[in-house]
Amino acid sequence: MIGTAALAIVALAIASYFMGRQRAASFPVAGMHSRPTYHGAFTALRTSLAGLVVLIFGALITAFALRALIYGALPADTAGLAEIERELIVQDGIALAEGRLSSREGPARSAVAEAYALYAPIRQWGLLLISLAAAAAAFWMSYRQLSPAFRARNRTEGIIGWVLVFAAAVAIMTTLGIVLSLTGQALSFFGDVGLFNFLFGAHWSPLSGVHSGAMDSDKVGAIPLFAGTLMITAIAMAVAVPVGLFAAIYLSDYASSRFRSIAKPLLELLAGIPTVVYGFFAAIVVAPAFKGIGESVGLSVSAESALAAGVVMGIMIIPFISSLSDDVINAVPQSLRDGALGLGATKAETIRNVVLPAALPGIVSAVLLGVSRAIGETMIVVMAAGQAANLTANPLEAVTTVTVQIVALITGDTEAATAAGPAFALGFTLFCVTLMFNIIALQLVNKYRERYD
Amino acid sequence: MSDATKISCSDVHVYYGGLPSTRGESVHAIKGVDIDIEDNLVTAFIGPSGCGKSTFLRCLNRMNDTIDECVVQGRIHLDGEDVYAADVDPVQIRARVGMVFQKPNPFPKSIYENVAYGPKIHGLARTRAEFDEVVETSLTRAGLWDEVKDRLDKPGTGLSGGQQQRLCIARAISTQPEVLLMDEPCSALDPIATGTVEELIEELGQKYCLVIVTHSMQQANRVSQRTAYFHLGEIAEYGTTEQIFTNPKDERTNGYISGRFG
Repeated sequence: MIGTAALAIVALAIASYFMGRQRAASFPVAGMHSRPTYHGAFTALRTSLAGLVVLIFGALITAFALRALIYGALPADTAGLAEIERELIVQDGIALAEGRLSSREGPARSAVAEAYALYAPIRQWGLLLISLAAAAAAFWMSYRQLSPAFRARNRTEGIIGWVLVFAAAVAIMTTLGIVLSLTGQALSFFGDVGLFNFLFGAHWSPLSGVHSGAMDSDKVGAIPLFAGTLMITAIAMAVAVPVGLFAAIYLSDYASSRFRSIAKPLLELLAGIPTVVYGFFAAIVVAPAFKGIGESVGLSVSAESALAAGVVMGIMIIPFISSLSDDVINAVPQSLRDGALGLGATKAETIRNVVLPAALPGIVSAVLLGVSRAIGETMIVVMAAGQAANLTANPLEAVTTVTVQIVALITGDTEAATAAGPAFALGFTLFCVTLMFNIIALQLVNKYRERYD
Repeated sequence: MSDATKISCSDVHVYYGGLPSTRGESVHAIKGVDIDIEDNLVTAFIGPSGCGKSTFLRCLNRMNDTIDECVVQGRIHLDGEDVYAADVDPVQIRARVGMVFQKPNPFPKSIYENVAYGPKIHGLARTRAEFDEVVETSLTRAGLWDEVKDRLDKPGTGLSGGQQQRLCIARAISTQPEVLLMDEPCSALDPIATGTVEELIEELGQKYCLVIVTHSMQQANRVSQRTAYFHLGEIAEYGTTEQIFTNPKDERTNGYISGRFG
């Protein structure tokens, strides 16, 4: 019904565009401020915005009202039940009213169904009528405003400006909301088990004591996870930085322009491979291969090893580093290269002594962005690094990372409310670390830009 | 070819974008240039924009090698040695034929390192004292020493435009090249800085084979002893500066220097 109302409002807006334009077209051209299309756009924007805003807010408010009315219809004997059971009764009642299957039947459910059957249509028809009325009123008001001197162009631009501000605000507010809820949940978890225990404890098994009641604050030490994340990130960067950087240098300074125009998109294709594909590639191809090679030289390699996950993650990160580095190396002015070449420096000397130092801030920021990707990467490590929270420095053993544990906590059997605490704490830590890396990287990029523009 | 000839060129052709026979667009930038450039004086290349004077200058130290699909044909001899012979290393040619560019392009390093870079990569100086000496002589000859001697460790990019260009000249002469090529060295400078650099060019011209590309006919007249007038990829006229500016034999040269076009 809300969809129908929205469609009706859009239809009304389209009609009002033509009516507004029609009316403006009848004005004398001389002395008219805006062209007729702007008069049409103004009426259409006012009509659709008024209708949609009333519809959306009306839908939200009436949803709460409907809920309150239905809960009011619950018989008095359900008052003693747990919240979740009352919710179940309400869901069943709504299903009955809509003619769907309910899990059970009973007097309480029938009462809910009756209330729902009474109020829901009122809400829907009311919404449709009120929003259409708002749209029509807005149309009538803006239509009457139209006159030769009316500044429809400026007003339209103004409305468009506000629509854009709203879109930007939605993005920012959503981010803020996520960060705030992350922070709040993480802080309450830290309050329960102690920040110190979380950051510096060496034993991670947060759900082991859950069935006996409270969380055991000796078993929420995240050090093994941090160590595992750090080791895999280090392995990944050890693969990605040299390969990515050398590839960037080759592409920007050695390759012919024709080769570059083919090779660069191909390299960037690596960035388009879904990480889940890298993940099973790591688990099914790379990890067994490493295990085989290791055993043939007498090393014991576990089936899920930090090395396999790190190497594959490094391959995933190569295109980020090479593409960003290639851009900054290309941004070093040709005149600097000419200066060095004109002195009789070889190509390698020119790159090592002149081009790379000039591009260094940009390269460092590319590496930092790669690091924050490596820290936050999930699929590869879930499949290839293992689940056991080992505190080890041996890359041939299975380790676990922060992201893997978040996945394990949220997708595990334990009730979401219990598992959420440690998961939020880990997510919050991850967020802080990657945020820090991103800020440093962005500042380096800005510094670099100031130098050559 | 007289004894004083330093660079001897005959029938030089340059194509951008590959030879005309290859597919794609090919531009015939230099169409058969013959010129003998003499030692120990200043030769100026003048001509309208796009006439190929910078392109030709860049052929003399093989800087065009750095441009994709730029083909150079013909004969360019430096002291009788073919610059484009298969066994010649362009890096060595560039060490012998220094270059100063249109826009000052100091490296983002200190003033000292800018000048010391050339001697370092060619092994011309080894001890700190030798480097100090090279830096001081080069900067002194470029007329910059007094202005920067107290801030040699400051970045070269922090100097003014004229100082930067003189730093680039100091950098170019620090490796003791035999020839110095200058591609419109004053076009990014104000008149006062231009005056300083021009004095420097006149002075350096007595010891080097110096070739300068310039848009300014007055500048060519002031600093050079020989002038070549380029027109659409050819040399229309080449002679002493005095003769070119007072008694041009070619109609196109006459039109250009009297200001009818260009």
